[in-house]
Amino acid sequence: MSKKGDDIWKNVDKINSELFTLTYGSIVAQLCRDFNHNYHEVNNQLDQMGYNIGIRLIEEFLSRTGAQRCQSFKETVEVITKLGFRVFLNIQPAVENWSSDGRSCSIVLPEPNPLNEFVEIPPTKDLWYCQILCGILRGALQMIQLDVDVNFVKDTLKGDDKTEIRLKLNKILKDEVPAGED
Amino acid sequence: MSNDNIILPSAASLSTLSIADNPKSGFGYNPSLGPLSNTITPESSNILLNRKTLSLTPTSGNSIYDKNVNNKKINEINLSSLSFLFCEAVNWTHRNSKGIQDLETRLNGLGYQVGQRFLELIKLREGVKSSKREIKIIDILRFIHGTFWKSIFGKTANELEKSQDASNEYMIIDNVPLVSKFISIPKDYGNLNCSAFMAGIIEGALDSSSFHANVTAHSAPIDGVPLRTVFLIKFDEQLVIRESLRFN
Repeated sequence: MSKKGDDIWKNVDKINSELFTLTYGSIVAQLCRDFNHNYHEVNNQLDQMGYNIGIRLIEEFLSRTGAQRCQSFKETVEVITKLGFRVFLNIQPAVENWSSDGRSCSIVLPEPNPLNEFVEIPPTKDLWYCQILCGILRGALQMIQLDVDVNFVKDTLKGDDKTEIRLKLNKILKDEVPAGED
Repeated sequence: MSNDNIILPSAASLSTLSIADNPKSGFGYNPSLGPLSNTITPESSNILLNRKTLSLTPTSGNSIYDKNVNNKKINEINLSSLSFLFCEAVNWTHRNSKGIQDLETRLNGLGYQVGQRFLELIKLREGVKSSKREIKIIDILRFIHGTFWKSIFGKTANELEKSQDASNEYMIIDNVPLVSKFISIPKDYGNLNCSAFMAGIIEGALDSSSFHANVTAHSAPIDGVPLRTVFLIKFDEQLVIRESLRFN
């Protein structure tokens, strides 16, 4: 699957990742000012922005990769890390810490990644700088009928040893006809 | 809390000071002693070294300032990722803004911070030997139009023009501005141009190099290039005067 990721990566339009890094930084800084440094609100807003991105990003992802329906959540997570992160952010995170029932796991982002490079945050416990990723994963997975809780548990920006996102599968939603389409 | 003051007065009133007066903290300028009062003695150095300090870099030792920005291979990322992100940024900005003008100003502000930082990064990478400070308007514009644009957007801008009517106005023209590539403006938003973000990047870089300017983005489509955008750079009048004093 990694090789497939490489092949797709060759064909996407690319830009300097530093522009992305600085743009994201600028957005987070602006949000902090807009919310008067209420970091809970900032996290929520980042999550919401991510969700909006996720529900549209999945379409591009499916058309680029031609990914088929996954047989298990494990496979889904493998596709996310080896294709999803690879194609959009050019990184390949590791998957760790599977729970025994196979419904929750951790994604560990490599350092530095395009979101947190050049970043240092003031010593605050509240802000999850990369929260937008959670929203993106949540939104994208919801569009393929997976209701998943996504949240950060560790962040190197806060002095932790790694940046870790926790995924927990709640339930598989039923395929439903969208409202208004009989 | 007199100990926290940066300048510690040695006595309540300067006129009552004598040579024998030593400040309690061991510091402070005593006019009757002259410069001698500032010599570092074993006692005063002890106090200096043992003062409580507050670390400003919590991850110190492994902080971003310790990392090398120079020899790194430039990473690349999918253009769509930036487009998605930018779209959300516009969305958020739009919700907070009072009108088209205000929206453009806010986008400009977002870009401004990017411009400041990118300039620093590019200048650091150029290195001390090969880099120089641009001091002429035309040179800094060539730098922005060429090197700077290429580092950020992967290509140089298309044209660089000078206004015939106003001596302080210049134009950089890009046929396909990166961020507007996937944006179509609704009809009722008239002359909104989201490249205001890119205009902000230019403005940030110019201001940081002491060429104060206002930069605005204007759509100027011509046949075959519907996204063609003109970045109008309006320098401070003072700059033109500075230039004429320096070089004429």
